[in-house]
Amino acid sequence: MQQIVNFILRNKTFLLFVLLLFISVMLTIQSNSYHRSRFINSANFLSGGVYNTSNNISDYFGLREQNKLLQEENSQLKAILFNTNKNADSTYTDSVNFTNHYKFTAAQVIRNSYASTNNILLLNKGKNDNIKQDFGVVSSKGIIGIIEKTDSNFATVLSILNTTSSISALVKKSNHFGDLKWDGNSPEFIQLTEIPKIASVATGDTIITSGRSTIFPKGIPIGTISNFKLDIAENYYEIEVALFNDMTNIEHVYIIENEDKKLIEKLLDNND
Amino acid sequence: MTNLLSIHTIRFIVLILVQVLLLSHVNFMGYINPYPYILFIILFPIKNNRMAFILLSFLLGFSIDLFLDSGGIHAAAALTIAFIRPAALKFSFGAVYEHQTIKFSTSDFGQRITYISILTVIHHFVLFSFEIFNFSKILLVLKNTLFSSIFTILLCLLITIIFSGSNKK
Repeated sequence: MQQIVNFILRNKTFLLFVLLLFISVMLTIQSNSYHRSRFINSANFLSGGVYNTSNNISDYFGLREQNKLLQEENSQLKAILFNTNKNADSTYTDSVNFTNHYKFTAAQVIRNSYASTNNILLLNKGKNDNIKQDFGVVSSKGIIGIIEKTDSNFATVLSILNTTSSISALVKKSNHFGDLKWDGNSPEFIQLTEIPKIASVATGDTIITSGRSTIFPKGIPIGTISNFKLDIAENYYEIEVALFNDMTNIEHVYIIENEDKKLIEKLLDNND
Repeated sequence: MTNLLSIHTIRFIVLILVQVLLLSHVNFMGYINPYPYILFIILFPIKNNRMAFILLSFLLGFSIDLFLDSGGIHAAAALTIAFIRPAALKFSFGAVYEHQTIKFSTSDFGQRITYISILTVIHHFVLFSFEIFNFSKILLVLKNTLFSSIFTILLCLLITIIFSGSNKK
């Protein structure tokens, strides 16, 4: 017994080091697994507050550009609004209209990140605005990511530029769907896998969300095909997608809530 | 003593804030960021309780992780260099450091560069290994370590030179 106590006293620095190292490695591993309990995240009052303050100041430098973006979006929306005449044709079915099932909340990115391999953004909306885990986040140009953790006033977003994220996507022309993943190399490109060999793909084809998950509605733009090749087994394409969004410069985003989500999940659970 | 304590407390807070608000958004050439918050570990008084020092280093890395949503990678890296600092001190300044004769601002410039470089490179290597967390991407780890280290070492040297006048103890 005496010897054990002596041993601990002699090596107390080393033991403390090992203990703390163990804690930090555990935290690292946890942050690498998708959607598991991430113990420490920036959606808390301290770091959220600090980022909010700094964003209040840095906002002013990008105002002109962001205004232009919002204006572009406004004109797009106006064009849609004035060009649809619903009563003119009774056989007309609107496949773009998701206002009945999807609720949009405007939010602001107060911390952007795109240089590491697991990027996480911070938004200035949280539980108080009825934001929950697994809500989709989009900007006027395309998808951004999925809500991961929420605090009362802040929420973290698992960016599409995160090697652990995976989103179902569709080649607009041929309706073949695959998995959207990021290889961690460039913030301008994202990789689309599991598009079968028989699909006809060409550079310049548009990629949109598939609507197969309950997170994103169908038809949100993602990017265009910039490059593609067959994988090693020659069964699937490996497609390089150039994003519509400039992920290095995002400010105003929309959080999408699918109001049918509970219903759909219940239905799926019953089938299992 | 209180003066010394307050200097280190202020340095701790200022380095974290500068790191998370400014230097983690540099993204030079797309991915290169300096991490000079390790100056806290580099400049920590030698004659001090090692347990407290290791705990403080862990806390420093943990705070950075909290802001950057990076799991525990900064905590692990900061902890590692805090633990091996005595070895690095011995290697770069010789055995004299144990007699508390050296002062950082008066030490030889070459020795200072060696000391900072050793700790920075080890810190960055641990950091990027944990961040990328994939053995098959070891080249990416080494590339990131190399470029970020150069950036951090330069910045650390600059900061120590600029503030060496005001930080006399």
